[in-house]
Amino acid sequence: MVQAAPKAAGLHDCREAWVTTLEALAATDPRIVAVVNDSVGSSKLGGFQKKFPDQLINVGIAEQVMVGVGAGLANGGCIPFVSAASCFLTGRSLEQVKADIAYANFNVKLVGQSSGVAYGELGPTHHSIEDFAWLRPLTNLTVIVPADPWETAEAVKWAAAHEGPVYIRLSRMPVPEIVVPGRTFQPGKAQVLREGGDVAIIACGTTVHLALDAARALAGEGIAARVLNMHTINPLDDEAVLAAARTGAIVTVEEASVRGGLGGAVAELTSAHDPVPVERVGFPGFVPTGSVDWLFTEYGLSQDGIAAAARRALARKRK
Amino acid sequence: MTHLNDPVPLIREKALWMRRRAFRMVHEAQLGHPGGDFSATDIIATLYFGVMRFDPKRPDWADRDRFIMSKGHATGALYTVLCAAGYYPEDWLDTYMQPKSRLNGHPNRNYLPGVETNTGPLGHGFPVAVGSAIAGALTGSDHRTFVLTGDGELQEGSNWEAAMVAGHRKLKRLTLIVDRNRLQQGAGTEETSGLDPLDEKFRAFGWQVVEVDGHDPAALLAAFATPTDRPLCLIANTVKGKGVSFMENKASWHHGVPNAEQFAQAMEELV
Ligand SMILES: Cc1ncc(C[n+]2csc(CCOP(=O)(O)OP(=O)(O)O)c2C)c(N)n1
Ligand SMILES: [Mg+2]
Repeated sequence: MVQAAPKAAGLHDCREAWVTTLEALAATDPRIVAVVNDSVGSSKLGGFQKKFPDQLINVGIAEQVMVGVGAGLANGGCIPFVSAASCFLTGRSLEQVKADIAYANFNVKLVGQSSGVAYGELGPTHHSIEDFAWLRPLTNLTVIVPADPWETAEAVKWAAAHEGPVYIRLSRMPVPEIVVPGRTFQPGKAQVLREGGDVAIIACGTTVHLALDAARALAGEGIAARVLNMHTINPLDDEAVLAAARTGAIVTVEEASVRGGLGGAVAELTSAHDPVPVERVGFPGFVPTGSVDWLFTEYGLSQDGIAAAARRALARKRK
Repeated sequence: MTHLNDPVPLIREKALWMRRRAFRMVHEAQLGHPGGDFSATDIIATLYFGVMRFDPKRPDWADRDRFIMSKGHATGALYTVLCAAGYYPEDWLDTYMQPKSRLNGHPNRNYLPGVETNTGPLGHGFPVAVGSAIAGALTGSDHRTFVLTGDGELQEGSNWEAAMVAGHRKLKRLTLIVDRNRLQQGAGTEETSGLDPLDEKFRAFGWQVVEVDGHDPAALLAAFATPTDRPLCLIANTVKGKGVSFMENKASWHHGVPNAEQFAQAMEELV
């Protein structure tokens, strides 16, 4: 039985794993190119720029052009990693992402930085909580949300090798390494981090470790919660979701809007095939000013908030 | 508000207060964009204390002149000028970036009187200003619309679409001020995606263009009064971080924040 170990000591900024992996790839493959919008620093690409000056294209503050240039680079045989704050990468360039990347099916890797509410106090213009809803319906586009540095590195390696458009959604929130014996990364295949038959918690990205904390707390109350790491939002692992539905109650957790994202996807699927109560933890819409920590606590993206959602889901469970 | 006497001393006094107060906000929040606050301060102080017609008691007065802060990251400059202009009390500034504060990291018109539109993503304020100027013409209002953009911000294509519409429609009550500090977030504008010759670009789009020292209120006042039959673009040459020696012309102060020592030194210099 899979059982994730308690948190390893230390928290990590997944951007370190992102650049280390990209630099290793670029060192052996000159087709790897980073494309940025005045975002060398926020993408942690300063070292990459020094090592591979010709493989970094800074188009300036021009996100639509940045994504279009990414498509053109792919057309010319490069493997572009287009990296920018995910609010602008997805929001500002949504039509380019849809038409030039997903629809045209170009081999472009979009890397959303500081996603979710990482920019806390900078407010809703800088939050990227709508990106799942915007990108999830796009045909051809694989949407990956790594939970920790290991998964970030795996996702970047996989994306480079995969022929086709990918969106990797990174955060700036420090997260613990999730320790799983014999861990593998298979896009589109959710990972069961903890078994349990009373309720299933389906989480992604920065909230996975919080879901594990909540499951441990619930165990103390005699509630067995399964925890799924749903690192791929598109395509969704339908089989894992429907298996989760067989516990009779689901909680979804994401650093994103509860509308249209992971929670939306799970609700769509279960309502069509196996209607069970689904409690969605995330943000209801534009949120007030506040630090990341404050926002996480205020909106229940915490051990307590997730455990409370699990109890609500259990209370609604069909007898 | 009209000013019969020479407004320059008042503008200078307000600009000094704005810089000191904004830097205190940034220091306390340990967040903000002080470099861009300081390059824009004299331009904004000149507008509010020497050029614009407004009444802080009636923020929705139909005939008010509009100021649109397209470079929405420079909230230190915007929030302090609106306070100095009488839109809200000074203790609101103490809440800068605090949970549930009206003073978000980027301006929100629904929470703060005097804010004309929500900005933060670059390249949004200018098109809104064009709409506001068109509305003035449609409703027979004689209000002027002023919009301030960064220079790096002009790399966004939306600005050039807006410039084309304004030039085409000869929106003579629209004034664009470019905060030409030659730096963006990570580097210089010219090494990133060059803008020069900026004056020729705007002329080619049907604009009247004036270059001006963006830290000289008297020169700014004269530039704002330029007679024109078309939209007016002021290319205001500025210094990012202006007024604090260790911040001037340093990209790292785009969103750098001061420690206690740096804050103290800045307060000594800003007198
Ligand atoms: C659409 C968009 N892309 C990127 C950013 C991130 N960003 C904030 S300020 C800034 C640099 C702006 O430079 P400039 O316009 O020259 O402003 P100033 O020098 O006056 O601060 C960048 C890239 C943003 N706010 N919006
Ligand atoms: Mg600039």
